[in-house]
Amino acid sequence: MDLEVIDKIADRYKRKESALIGILQDIQAQYNYLPKEALLHIRERLSIPLTHILGVATFYNIFTLKPRGRHLINVCMGTACHVKGVVRILEKIERELGIKTGETTADLRFSLEPIRCLGCCSLAPVVKIDGDIYGKVKQEKVSRILKKYE
Amino acid sequence: MNKIENLEHLKKIKEENLKLIFPKKTRILVGMASCGLASGAGEVFQVLAEEIKRRNLDITLVQSGCAGFCEKEPLVDIMKPGWPRISYCEMNSKKIRKIIELLLKGKVEKDWILAKAEEEELLLEGTRRPYPLNGIPEELEEILPYKYHPFYEKQLKIAMRNCGFIDPENIDEYIARGGYSTLYKVLIQCDPDQVIEEITKSGLRGRGGGGFPTGRKWHYCRNAPGDIRYVVCNADEGDPGAYMDRSVLEGDPHSVLEGMIIGAYAIGSNEGYIYIRAEYPLAVQTLRKAIKQAEDYGFLGKNIFNSGFDFSIQINRGGGAFVCGESTALMASIEGKVGEPRAKHIHTVESGLWEKPTNLNNVETWANVPLIIAKGADWYSKIGTRDSKGTKIFSLVGKIENTGLVEVPMGITLREIIYDIGGGVPGRKKFKAVQTGGPSGGCIPEELIDLPVDFEELSRVGSMMGSGGMIVMDEDTCMVDIAKYFLSFLQDESCGKCTSCREGIKRMLQILTRITQGKGREGDIELLEELSQVVAETSLCALGQTAPNPVLSTLRYFRDEYEAHIKDKKCPAKVCKDLITYFIDEEACRGCLVCKKLCPQEAITGERKEPHRINQDKCIKCGICLENCKFDVIKVE
Repeated sequence: MDLEVIDKIADRYKRKESALIGILQDIQAQYNYLPKEALLHIRERLSIPLTHILGVATFYNIFTLKPRGRHLINVCMGTACHVKGVVRILEKIERELGIKTGETTADLRFSLEPIRCLGCCSLAPVVKIDGDIYGKVKQEKVSRILKKYE
Repeated sequence: MNKIENLEHLKKIKEENLKLIFPKKTRILVGMASCGLASGAGEVFQVLAEEIKRRNLDITLVQSGCAGFCEKEPLVDIMKPGWPRISYCEMNSKKIRKIIELLLKGKVEKDWILAKAEEEELLLEGTRRPYPLNGIPEELEEILPYKYHPFYEKQLKIAMRNCGFIDPENIDEYIARGGYSTLYKVLIQCDPDQVIEEITKSGLRGRGGGGFPTGRKWHYCRNAPGDIRYVVCNADEGDPGAYMDRSVLEGDPHSVLEGMIIGAYAIGSNEGYIYIRAEYPLAVQTLRKAIKQAEDYGFLGKNIFNSGFDFSIQINRGGGAFVCGESTALMASIEGKVGEPRAKHIHTVESGLWEKPTNLNNVETWANVPLIIAKGADWYSKIGTRDSKGTKIFSLVGKIENTGLVEVPMGITLREIIYDIGGGVPGRKKFKAVQTGGPSGGCIPEELIDLPVDFEELSRVGSMMGSGGMIVMDEDTCMVDIAKYFLSFLQDESCGKCTSCREGIKRMLQILTRITQGKGREGDIELLEELSQVVAETSLCALGQTAPNPVLSTLRYFRDEYEAHIKDKKCPAKVCKDLITYFIDEEACRGCLVCKKLCPQEAITGERKEPHRINQDKCIKCGICLENCKFDVIKVE
């Protein structure tokens, strides 16, 4: 791992004590997860205990310590989506990919994670894949949507 | 960009940019907030850009925010000199090509127009300026002006005054509409106590959920001992079903920044933080640009308007933890720690961020501030009810015809919001309840539809204002399932610090789960009530204290539904999978094969033009047959 990349990320933050969450976000944006080497390096850079770093990394939903698939499927679990039957969509995706929520397919193509409201409630039920948002999703459209991502 | 140091300079920029409001050449705005983009606004924008380039047209094309009417997205506004401003709705690439074609001939497609505006209301100045009209197409006469359109008629836009109408990435347009002139007035002409008094007199209360009087909070923070103070904007909009803060930040970020700078001056703070959800990447990006522009003009930084006052703002992105919307947890998160709340024996206005006095307000609260100062507390306090002043933005979503963000005066009834603005429940279904206040709130039943909406009334009926989510439910929504949904949300989001919240919610969820599975027992309802009391009384922060609300309010108004699940093992709304079966009305079935082809389990048998049948052993109750049957012959029992 190129530790210079991690150093460059850490340099973006001026206030050392409050930098941790932002640094972890940037590392995850770069690597898709939080690699162990990166966390060990951050421990040295910020002189904070690893337990503290791991505490933060496991407390917040957005962080993951395991590599994610190439594409991240976020199924919106907001109230409007729930009322409009998003659970059926989620189950359809689970059946389609043969994985459960929170898991990654064996070929590392998809990771499936629920998300707490994307704020596109007017389009409920909503599924987000990488940067693309799909609104008013129907069960029968799921496999066609998934085919777009290799 | 030169720094703006005095009023003359600000006025000059304002005058120069009036051309953005009354353009000399055609200006087209595409609503490109997150919801617009998800509806295809990006493609519409792309087509417009290509057409303008290909035909070499003298048209300005810009991106705007969300005008609130999400159901009709993508929205495209056309400002053609001599015409009123017109809003086209439900655009796509084909339609927009046609519109360009017509526009060049001086024509419109009236069936695609949502509404028009014949005048521009500049709220900050209290002026209405008509668009100079000249040779408008006849069809435009028949189009409803915005102010008479049923969706907008009862709305009053204060916090969302500019959303969807301006280019959020252009500070000049905000200034042209009177922006930052209030800041000048405050910094040069008012002393901090005057500002606090005005906010106090206005009756403004926190829009994030708690409803604490804003002026009083500022006063406490200003008078707390210590020389360093912080100002925080809570943009960690975690309530599922509420997205007004995202919309304000994406559509009009400077109104929030101006509010924060005014607040910081009043409180005596030189450092501000905006804590925003990482799930809102576009809002973060818009905000970053806005802060940079405000810095370039000198509205942020050292010696603002030569007044000697310094203020800077930093953005912190959240990590997807609902509990971080709670003020003490949010501050812990800004400090780079795990977002656990602490006991508030000492309030954050005395000891908050890094143990310094800290004033935290929500996005919508901050966006109200410039207007209150500009127009005065007397003007503001005339809007609303006795104890709840001003307007509130609600996100009207769920089983409702017109989904979107609506900003209405406090005291308006639920009926007016749901039927007059929202257009009622779609598909001839019956309205059942409306959920307000997010996971801390409750469900309000149909009997209370004439309830006036304000802080007190919503609490009185067992719900709360919260951040303004309003999720409409129809007869197909199971209230036990809704209670279960919220508890499963809260179980995941409980930080785990207090045993009663961590364990109590879990046990309550187990009981609700078994009720929805048809394994409910006699005494479960009483057990839920007892647990509710314990969790509410022994949790440290509002997450736990209010966690039982969704259960208590559904028990209060829909107890018979719980009893049907427990005693009769039936789900009256036909939602809970373990209590329902799907079958086909064989007499009515036309044998069209649609359901048979779609069924993922191959559970449906039958030949073309012969009645189909569902094999119950194979059926997983996914509902795809019901959703797709054109003849309505799939039944649920």
